[in-house]
Amino acid sequence: MSDAKPVLELRNVDKSFGPIEVLNDISLKVGAGEVLCLLGDNGAGKSTLIKLMSGVHQPTRGDILMDGAPITFASPRDAQERGIATVHQFGGTYPLMSVGRNFFMGSEPTKGFGPFKVFDRKRANSIAVAEVQKMGITRITDGDRLVGGLSGGERQSLAIARAVYFGARVLILDEPTAALGVKQAAHVLRIVNQAKRRGLAVIFITHQVMHAMAVGDHFAVLIRGAVASDFRKGEKTREQIADLMAGGESMVELEANIDGYMETHGGHPPPPAH
Amino acid sequence: MTDTTTNNRTEIRPAGPDASAGFSLKSFFRSPAAGAFMGFVAVFVLFSIFGYSRNFLSVPGMTTWMNFASIIGMIAIPVGFLMIAGELDISTGAVVPASTMTVAIVSQHYEMPVMVGIAAALAIGALIGFVNGFIVTRTRVPSFIVTLATLFAVAGLTLYLSIFFINNTNSFYNAPDWAKSLFGGKVWGFNSSVFWWLGMIAGFIFFLHYSPKGSWVFALGGDQESARNAGIPVNGLKIWLFVLCSTSAAFAGVLQVITFSSATSQANFGLIFNTIISVVVGGVLLTGGFGTVMGIVFGVLTLSIVTQAIGFTNIDRNLSFLIIGVMLLIAVLMNDTFRQLATSWSTAKKK
Ligand SMILES: Nc1ncnc2c1ncn2[C@@H]1O[C@H](COP(=O)(O)OP(=O)(O)OP(=O)(O)O)[C@@H](O)[C@H]1O
Ligand SMILES: [Mg+2]
Repeated sequence: MSDAKPVLELRNVDKSFGPIEVLNDISLKVGAGEVLCLLGDNGAGKSTLIKLMSGVHQPTRGDILMDGAPITFASPRDAQERGIATVHQFGGTYPLMSVGRNFFMGSEPTKGFGPFKVFDRKRANSIAVAEVQKMGITRITDGDRLVGGLSGGERQSLAIARAVYFGARVLILDEPTAALGVKQAAHVLRIVNQAKRRGLAVIFITHQVMHAMAVGDHFAVLIRGAVASDFRKGEKTREQIADLMAGGESMVELEANIDGYMETHGGHPPPPAH
Repeated sequence: MTDTTTNNRTEIRPAGPDASAGFSLKSFFRSPAAGAFMGFVAVFVLFSIFGYSRNFLSVPGMTTWMNFASIIGMIAIPVGFLMIAGELDISTGAVVPASTMTVAIVSQHYEMPVMVGIAAALAIGALIGFVNGFIVTRTRVPSFIVTLATLFAVAGLTLYLSIFFINNTNSFYNAPDWAKSLFGGKVWGFNSSVFWWLGMIAGFIFFLHYSPKGSWVFALGGDQESARNAGIPVNGLKIWLFVLCSTSAAFAGVLQVITFSSATSQANFGLIFNTIISVVVGGVLLTGGFGTVMGIVFGVLTLSIVTQAIGFTNIDRNLSFLIIGVMLLIAVLMNDTFRQLATSWSTAKKK
């Protein structure tokens, strides 16, 4: 799209956990104002890949570059301080803490001075509630409410709202729409587009072709830890993308199998083939 | 879909005034301290009734359990911090005697100034805490086992070194007057430790509930993985909490040796039970992530009344352990109720 240096780039990155090789020779880049959709089957290595970019893991081999310069994220905090905000696939909220404290975990707003700085509860709560409401979660009106009392989707929205609020350069979302209702998912897609227009680089993982096509500028498909396909918007059809996401198998055939099976077996889906 | 939208419309309501108030009855009753407070009131009223003729409510009655509570309490609160953070520390039972012997050996036997003895005792406490925290964060061994090991290691080392330095497992120490009045004096029957404890409670409340880093402790016990991903220095914070705990225990030892002028190297196993019972009765969740300083304070006070002040009542002395056992069970059962109350609080209000 632009010739400017990509905000974040991976060059020939490998990642293994002991003897288990998870990622193999990954090269990817994402620029400002661009949405990179990471697609792939379960266990393909998508979450592991974004954990390299958010400082949770370090690559076994290869380089990570930010604004064209090689960089090492020593810790998640290190990546955050460079403006990379991540919503991980699991967790991200603390059930027995309030909405306000959850939202600002690790970057608490304070008032007062010197050693007497205190957590600014009022400000934290009002910002948290306002940001969560922007995600279409209008039921949350009280920042003192404990997150354990929220629904799964509400919690996920809280985690996304938090990342959107703190992400200055890069926004990484690992299956953000997985737990969301139709309306909230639409809000998330809208927010992704807004972030993109603000000039953020966005990395978006999803298993839903529709969601990927709605926001993606650039698509990368992982199959068993390697980039199997890397293409731009409009270069492939919906069906081709769906097939790639299924790990290279033809979705039409898979779906036909299910339909045929279910017709002859009283509506039961087939057992997994392995 | 239509269902949720109508719900949304009817349920948009500004946060009530209690949501922004610093303290309110409602927020108190959904806090983990509520159960501990009610338990304290129940025990206090019961003992006042059965102890009216035996001076439970007199000043000597009160100082008996307050003096005991102050020593247990200044250790129980940081033990509670660790439990909130998902860890346990039972090495305190060896840190207190190690600290008392250190003061006695350094300041009595080697005739160093009292401040040197105190500094040495606190430094040894901090070192033990660091070792605990370091092992817990570097290995995947549960902190219960790690601190069980340090409990015995430190207890053994204290005995060995006491014999080595002064050829005695017990010792004494007569502090100079100014130190005696500062660390081991009495005001209306209350030991200095009571006032130190009150000051420490204020500091602990500030740290856990008001300072920005207080949230981190809860996050550690809530979901350690997420806490790390949120950029919280998980290992550093944990080590720091272990250091705080052992240093507080060492300080309790300092106050003890100066108050009673005597030191012993025998491990104090009762102290371990007392601190953990106080923390649990105080409403801290065994699995971490939930608890308050005031809850622990009420837990400590309740335990102290039951164990120390039963002699000021008509209740048979031998029943005190029974009462503690029953209280502990009730507290653990109630914890669950209060936690559910807390999480469902806001929704319940709207109905
Ligand atoms: N810490 C780890 N240690 C060992 N193996 C791991 C670790 N993390 C991930 N793996 C392995 O790496 C592979 C890829 O996992 P990853 O979570 O990245 O998949 P994913 O593409 O995100 O899948 P999903 O769509 O199910 O979320 C899996 O086979 C997993 O078992
Ligand atoms: Mg994943």
